[in-house]
Amino acid sequence: MFDTLSLNARAAILSLLILVVGLLAWEVSIPAQKVAGELTEYELLTGGGAQKAGVPPPSAIAVKAWEELSNPFYDAGPNDKGIGIQIAYSIYRVLAGYAMAAAIAIPLGFLIGMSPVAYKAFNPFIQVLRPISPLAWMPLALFIIQDSEASAIFVIFICSIWPMLINTAFGVAGVREDWVNVARTHELGALQTAFRVILPAAAPTIVTGMRISIGIAWLVIVAAEMLVGGTGIGYYVWNEWNNLDLTSVIFSILMIGVVGMLLDLAFGRLQRAVAFAE
Amino acid sequence: MPSPYLSIENLTQRYPDGQGGEMTVFENASFGVEKGEFVVILGHSGCGKSTIMNILAGLAAPTSGVVKMDGFAVSGPSLDRGVVFQNYSLLPWLSALRNVTFGVAARHRDWTKAQVIEESRKYLAMVGLEGDTIHRKPSQLSGGMRQRVSIARAFANHPKLLLLDEPFGALDALTRGTIQDELLKIWSGTEQTVFMITHDIDEAILLADRILLMSNGPFARVAESVEITIPRPRNRTDIVEHPNYYPIRNHLVQFLGQRSREMAGTPQDGTGPTRPETVRIDKTAEPEPEPAARLRAVND
Repeated sequence: MFDTLSLNARAAILSLLILVVGLLAWEVSIPAQKVAGELTEYELLTGGGAQKAGVPPPSAIAVKAWEELSNPFYDAGPNDKGIGIQIAYSIYRVLAGYAMAAAIAIPLGFLIGMSPVAYKAFNPFIQVLRPISPLAWMPLALFIIQDSEASAIFVIFICSIWPMLINTAFGVAGVREDWVNVARTHELGALQTAFRVILPAAAPTIVTGMRISIGIAWLVIVAAEMLVGGTGIGYYVWNEWNNLDLTSVIFSILMIGVVGMLLDLAFGRLQRAVAFAE
Repeated sequence: MPSPYLSIENLTQRYPDGQGGEMTVFENASFGVEKGEFVVILGHSGCGKSTIMNILAGLAAPTSGVVKMDGFAVSGPSLDRGVVFQNYSLLPWLSALRNVTFGVAARHRDWTKAQVIEESRKYLAMVGLEGDTIHRKPSQLSGGMRQRVSIARAFANHPKLLLLDEPFGALDALTRGTIQDELLKIWSGTEQTVFMITHDIDEAILLADRILLMSNGPFARVAESVEITIPRPRNRTDIVEHPNYYPIRNHLVQFLGQRSREMAGTPQDGTGPTRPETVRIDKTAEPEPEPAARLRAVND
């Protein structure tokens, strides 16, 4: 019967199976806390009856998730905000830094791609700056900008600029000469050629760069927020670790994954929209 | 003698040969094309046909020499010189219709969107593309359909000169035949001046008013200008019956097979004629009763 189902249906069944088996294995592998009545007098005296911190079972996380997601936007002071608010802060920072990076990387990449001289001249700088861990910029950013919020955004900016810059330059440089000639024989001006021929021709490569960038930005924001503190999903994870609330830590890890997936999905859509077959 | 509509004067193209010297592809090529004329240039690969085409299109500059159209020297590409390339002249991210509107909108910048679309549909219909087909992307069209779209875009722009760079080179023989017929049909209704490159002798005879023959490179030149003395309208099955068909064809085969090679590699001494020699083969002019009767049958 399994063979007659479509590929997608079979894959879905298998996914579900892996999930259930994984969760069950996790659930049973967590040892139950001993009930106080079973302890010896000595154990009770040495504090053995107190709740031990341990990795929570999936059931506890599901309860926590339900609790958090049913009221995601509550705000009960600086250290007690709903998961929705924390994620919103993180997304805001990512999008702000990312938008600034795109506003610079795409036009600059365009110019670099159009001119072989610029391509060669900029290349060494890009090659040196690109492999720097974005967090290495944090102290410098904090010193110069003197604002932790803006520094976090700057770190996102600096980490998402490179893939977009490189891909835009690469895509623009690789536009087929014949297509540019079509623009030339139709007397299109430089700006028209850029927007109507080069941009659509390079768009698949550019959007691939944008997709890589948003992925990196979402990875980096968690680490950046752990450093700068205050708000955001990264701060939330760190704060719950300090509270030794591992249920919340695991729940927020899952949320980071879900949001990252949604961001990637959105750019995947965009990628399909600009794709073309030759 | 008044200068022709399109006049190519002493065109020379040299490239560095990679060893410090120069390689002359062609030298002092001079010829003219009259308004409304369909001229085909025939020659082996490497004789610089495509370079001449790119120079006429304004996409490349010659080492020396000038191209004059309507009395003015041309420089740079222009809407007045439409080009149909062998491949890749369609933008793959646009539908067939959008590829044509791209050209029409570039030509008529003051037109409304509706006017542009209507005009584009008209020309697509002329090459037999209608209905859903015109909303497909080039990758979803066959090679023949793609070239039809290119031709529609070129004709829709009413260029003063239409340049066809081996437009049917990548197509199979049957498709090529159909599109040649369509090209003839559209051309006969427009008085469009056409300059075309091809490798195919039969295609050249079917389409051309005049065939320019190029000798092989290096030092290629436009050696002969052969008039096609077969009346229009022509049709591929009837022209082979015409008494002039095989004499002309044999002349062309002779040239490409033998004489083009003999002429190669020798620089011109500068004293000889730079214009191609005009060749006119007309068997119908001879007073033989039989060919005249066959000619009449063709004209019917």
